[in-house]
Amino acid sequence: MPEPLLAVRDLHAWYGESHILHGVAFDVRPGEVVTLLGRNGAGKSTTLKAIMGIVRRRTGSVRLAGDELIALPSNVIARRGIAFCPEERGIFASLNVEENLVLPPVVKPGGLGVGAIFELFPNLKERLRSQGTKLSGGEQQMLAIGRILRTGARLLLLDEPTEGLAPVIVQQIGRTIERLKGDGFTILLVEQNFHFAATVADRHYVVEHGRVVDMIPNAALAASMDRLHEYLGV
Amino acid sequence: MNTQALFSQLLIGAINGAFYALLSLGLSVIFGLLNIINFAHGAQYMMGAFAAYFLLQWAGLGYWTALLVAPVVVGLLGILIERTMLKWLYQLDHLYGLLLTFGVALVIEGVFRNEFGSSGLPYTIPPQLTGAYNLGFMFLPIYRGWVVLFSLVICLATWYVIERTKLGAYLRAATENPTLVQAFGINVPRMITLTYGFGVALAALAGVLAAPIYQVNPLMGSNLIIVVFAVVVIGGLGSIMGSIVTGFALGIVEGFTKVFYPEASNTVIFVIMALVLLVRPSGLFGRTT
Repeated sequence: MPEPLLAVRDLHAWYGESHILHGVAFDVRPGEVVTLLGRNGAGKSTTLKAIMGIVRRRTGSVRLAGDELIALPSNVIARRGIAFCPEERGIFASLNVEENLVLPPVVKPGGLGVGAIFELFPNLKERLRSQGTKLSGGEQQMLAIGRILRTGARLLLLDEPTEGLAPVIVQQIGRTIERLKGDGFTILLVEQNFHFAATVADRHYVVEHGRVVDMIPNAALAASMDRLHEYLGV
Repeated sequence: MNTQALFSQLLIGAINGAFYALLSLGLSVIFGLLNIINFAHGAQYMMGAFAAYFLLQWAGLGYWTALLVAPVVVGLLGILIERTMLKWLYQLDHLYGLLLTFGVALVIEGVFRNEFGSSGLPYTIPPQLTGAYNLGFMFLPIYRGWVVLFSLVICLATWYVIERTKLGAYLRAATENPTLVQAFGINVPRMITLTYGFGVALAALAGVLAAPIYQVNPLMGSNLIIVVFAVVVIGGLGSIMGSIVTGFALGIVEGFTKVFYPEASNTVIFVIMALVLLVRPSGLFGRTT
């Protein structure tokens, strides 16, 4: 079994006084697509933000290829080779599409060129001069994913990339994730839509009350449906 | 109507406008990224003029050196203030930053007034810029023309950097969502420090430009800053082009008022401010979102 690229152990995180994560632990191996599943408020997004260093108050251990990140500020963590796509997409209204696309600095060699990103998301190419927030929801999501592919980060944290999007766009995002997996990217995905998760992921971790309570390989997903329904309350 | 009087008031208006524009531009840049209303701006403008005075008196360095050195020195003092005091306030309400910088302004102005009294110290116009052009309809003192032109160039250069370059894209993005910009790998705290230093340096630059016109006076900033805040309110805090256009335009409006209805010249800007607040509370160029 290969060494994990990302190893999270006993991760705790707080927003102000409220204790959100209570010892999250899981691994992501190189080249894997892994999802965090769970109900609203379980702590999935907070886990991504704590890995990225966006949640200031956090303890435990987050290792990237063996290097400890827990005490580092988010700009340093980004430069180690992790890129984050937030749930609200974070497209900047005062920047046009092109400026949004090239905003995140290149942190490692080997990122996708702008041409390759347009190949994945042809819509963006036609809207380069538009204000970033004038794009449709789906295009904004493409832009939010596209811009972090340039940076050379090999570990992508995607927070609900399919939320609120039309099925045809969800399929396009799904194909993109497969393509990125094929290119050797490692992806940690937060998803509410577990039908979507099942089509792209290798493994699923179930998050409940700020802890990882179960791990289901994608191959065992069908057999674990009852268990999963109980976790997700669907 | 005396055209000579009209044009000379217009020129005075343009000069005032140049100072309004430089100062409100700095305030806007600072407010955008730091969320701090920098009430020390007037004191920092005054320190720019004093820095030019000290450079000449103590080191024999003239106007052209001061134009470069004074903004750097005062900007560095600004960075010191940001690192030691302002950085603790970003999570709090605007009011805290306003109170702190107001206090800093009072301390700085008090110290200078204690040392130098409240009468102005002379600072002469550099020899290259003395004299006047005869434009036919009026005499244009060269130094005053230089101030208007140079301020305009600095303002437009600042606008260009912020709105049209990669560095400016970082600044605009960090103004909107500093957390995400930092998570992309940008050292946002350092950017904030440098931005404050730059805004303060703009104020100091205006101070150096003002020294030969208004003399060097510990209270020169507090006289000006209230009007500049009115300009900022009219233009809309945080808009770069808005600060520049509004600064120059209001200086000229003030100049015209001096010709046509002198009694109102000190209040016209505040009347406009009140009207703008009634009709467009976010300012003429302010983003409403």
